[in-house]
Amino acid sequence: MAVRGRSPRFEGIMTAKWEVVIGLETHAQLSTASKIFSGASTAFGAPPNAHASAVDIALPGVLPVLNRGAVERAIRFGLAVGGHVQPRSVFARKNYFYPDLPKGYQISQYEIPVVQGGRVEFVVGDAQKSVRLTRAHLEEDAGKSLHEDFSGMTGVDLNRAGTPLLEIVSEPDMRSAEEAVAYAKALHALVRWIDICDGNMQEGSFRCDANVSVRRAGDEALGTRCEIKNLNSFRFIEKAIQFEVRRQVELIDDGGTVVQETRLYDPDRDETRSMRSKEDAQDYRYFPDPDLPPLAIDSAWVARVQAWLPELPQAMRARMVERHGLLPHEAAILTAERDVATYYERTVAALGGSARLAAHWVIGELSAALNRSGVPVASAKVGPEALAGLLKRVEDKTLSGKLASTVFDAMWNGEGDADTIIAARGLKQISDTGALEKIVDDVLAAHPAIVAEVKAGKEKAFNALVGKAMAATKGKANPGEVNAILKRRLGG
Amino acid sequence: MAAHEDTIAGLAAALAARKLSSVEVTTATLDRIERAQQSLNAFVTIDRDGALAQAKAADAARARGDAGALAGVPIAHKDVLMTAGLTTTCGSRMLAKFVAPYDAFVVERLRRAGTVLVGKTNMDEFAMGSSNETSYFGTVKNPWNTAMVPGGSSGGSAAAVAARLVPGSTGTDTGGSIRQPAALTGICGLKPTYGVCSRYGLIAFASSLDTPGPFARTAEDCALMLNAMAGHDPRDSTSLDRPAEDYTREIAKPASGKPLAGLRIGLPREYFGDGLDAEVAAAIDAALATFRALGATTVDIELPAVKLSVPVYYVIAPAEASSNLSRFDGVRYGHRAAQYDGLADMYRRSRAEGFGAEVKRRILVGTYVLSHGYYDAYYLKAQKVRRLIADDFRRAFAQCDVMMGATTPGVAFPFGAKSADPVAMYLNDIFTIAGNLTGTPAISIPCGFTRAGLPIGLQIQGDYFSEARILDVAHRFQQASDWHARAPRDCAASEPRR
Repeated sequence: MAVRGRSPRFEGIMTAKWEVVIGLETHAQLSTASKIFSGASTAFGAPPNAHASAVDIALPGVLPVLNRGAVERAIRFGLAVGGHVQPRSVFARKNYFYPDLPKGYQISQYEIPVVQGGRVEFVVGDAQKSVRLTRAHLEEDAGKSLHEDFSGMTGVDLNRAGTPLLEIVSEPDMRSAEEAVAYAKALHALVRWIDICDGNMQEGSFRCDANVSVRRAGDEALGTRCEIKNLNSFRFIEKAIQFEVRRQVELIDDGGTVVQETRLYDPDRDETRSMRSKEDAQDYRYFPDPDLPPLAIDSAWVARVQAWLPELPQAMRARMVERHGLLPHEAAILTAERDVATYYERTVAALGGSARLAAHWVIGELSAALNRSGVPVASAKVGPEALAGLLKRVEDKTLSGKLASTVFDAMWNGEGDADTIIAARGLKQISDTGALEKIVDDVLAAHPAIVAEVKAGKEKAFNALVGKAMAATKGKANPGEVNAILKRRLGG
Repeated sequence: MAAHEDTIAGLAAALAARKLSSVEVTTATLDRIERAQQSLNAFVTIDRDGALAQAKAADAARARGDAGALAGVPIAHKDVLMTAGLTTTCGSRMLAKFVAPYDAFVVERLRRAGTVLVGKTNMDEFAMGSSNETSYFGTVKNPWNTAMVPGGSSGGSAAAVAARLVPGSTGTDTGGSIRQPAALTGICGLKPTYGVCSRYGLIAFASSLDTPGPFARTAEDCALMLNAMAGHDPRDSTSLDRPAEDYTREIAKPASGKPLAGLRIGLPREYFGDGLDAEVAAAIDAALATFRALGATTVDIELPAVKLSVPVYYVIAPAEASSNLSRFDGVRYGHRAAQYDGLADMYRRSRAEGFGAEVKRRILVGTYVLSHGYYDAYYLKAQKVRRLIADDFRRAFAQCDVMMGATTPGVAFPFGAKSADPVAMYLNDIFTIAGNLTGTPAISIPCGFTRAGLPIGLQIQGDYFSEARILDVAHRFQQASDWHARAPRDCAASEPRR
């Protein structure tokens, strides 16, 4: 039954009386060119069944052959989360009938998954969080049933059937929708970081099921959980959990009990609806797939993957905080995407100076420009070396911050490197004390009334004088220098 | 000698020497198959046009001098194997109209060797049966006595070779489905080591047990067939990647007075106990005397866990089958009910109509043993016992080179004799099943007849990858006996019906 609307009594009682417990199961589509058990392409958007091979449509007599690339990606993940990569794991059949499940079973891993344990570390605000992982296992995706296009019939598109998935199961370590979203974002960043998943949530490459329960504060035992299926955006994860928590709390408060069931989130109505209860749960009759020998991963393979693995976000964040003097949330922003981190690192390397300056520019001007133009950081119109060239002129006080922004915009528009633009536009900051003293003296002479106000103790009037001096230089004066001269002149 | 009486080796030599053409042999073969169809019902599909085209191509290849080893030799495939462009029914209404879009690995390999595919042979539905009584296309008759079953599940392939319709054919052996019909029809049937012949294109019954293999009248012919059929296939993850072997290499060695000197034959006590037909036991004893005369010695051995092989098999095989047959749901291919009300009803009716009683029985048993709460007690326990049986075999092969015994406890039985009692039917495979559970190779060869004129089969089992040895042991026996040369009354003697 669907429950709608927001209860007025809800907000306050929430945190005081109840604890929310959330675990996520995430399906990350692995970025292999071909499917997990067949040679068909995994490319998205082809006409229905264009990428369905004999194996994918489960013709009689065909057999699965495991894609090594999918295993390689699972190993990367296992190492990245500090989990245990099993030297021997087993593929099992999960048996159920559905038109988009051509074999009548899904090949998955059941008793012995490829990765056990591990944790995902992330930052909420400036606080470090950690969520434990239960396991991660390889499995194949099902196809799609298309109900809309055929009247009175259902179409089946098996392009997606057999697409490799890594199902990542967390422990119930999250205590709010916000934490769950932060975990999902960190996981999303990680799978892209280690290049195992393109993270495209619109295309379903990364989707979550949330297990949600509530218990009275102080209770040891977990409450009965509901599983919300197929959440394919961070916003939906947040909204669905918030709705579900409210639903469960109100249900218990009204004397009811939560029934273990699978629910679907309807984003249009912002509610979750019952899909099937535990009693309807199918017996999947798991058993080891006799067509696939156990998956053996030797230590040499693991070592090769380990050697390939890039520095991971949490290690990079720690280094940025310790060595670069960044704040945790700044480091978190810079490590949200590997391309951004790479851009930042290259800027710092080329600049050879203040990492904080580089960080502020990457987080500020660069991100804003990327957002405006809608291009990914890898194809930014100002590359990291070019940005470093600009920041050198800020460090040596050639440019004020404001001027630097102007130069950056010109660089973005393709007018050349920082020095070329500075020279062409005559934007060099005036830091020559003699020249500035003359300008300041002229300003003081021209505005005796403001000078009087300053002497009467008006703070604002002082700033007005700075502004006049800056205007007289068309913004090129070094503001710090102007300040210092004014203070000396006015006996401050 | 008429061509149809010749062996594969003989035909290949005659074709190579251009003494006869494949078109001649194939035409005669097709005529005989059509004449025998009414009395034996060995075939589901006869492909005259396709066969003659292949025969012409084989003759052209022979003329050019680039022909494969078996170029022009007509053979038949069990209808469980996918054959591109031909209906592949698996003996079931479910696939009665299903045209295979690709060739199974062994089909492809035999094509490459130049064989001419004349048709698809009848079989128990989805290879489930020991009498060929479960086929949707009617029973196959035993050429030695058409009131008797030919055995199963590869009954059509066995009957076709026994009746001298084709010199060789393919079968698949999951619990004895090659060896048992070979024994009941008086021919040779080899089940190779699991993984030696790819299962790609074999419509799965029980994946961990299904093994393709050849039928022929001599061990040498089986070796020639296996040479073509064996090999690594990357499309089957359970196919073994081993260097290619010449399975005739032992057979080709010159014979001495005591060709089997030094061979230790293990006689499992469990294969000579109660339940073994007296005439069968006598024939086995006589065969063993022949082997001793050829220089072999015998040693009594024990396989204590083998007595559990039938119950273990009837847990594992249905479990795998229940899952393997899920793809036959009426959605993409195969039988779909004409009338249904919604998805669940479409599944229910399509499968109810498409599958026969024995298939349904095994799907039910398999579904049960995999169910939550029963898995450990049945499936897991069965897998443990399976390992015990393999341990028995390992210990046995430390004491002997091959094991011998009857292939089946009795000989061919009348239609209907066991069809009402599944357990009695299942016990027909009591001596053959262990070889599937262990994955070891075994051959059944004819070693005598009952007074009623029904053939008796001797099973020779070997350790993993000992096919060349087993085939040689069988070959030496056939050099010293003529059971394999005895032919039933010709079922194809009358005029062809057109």
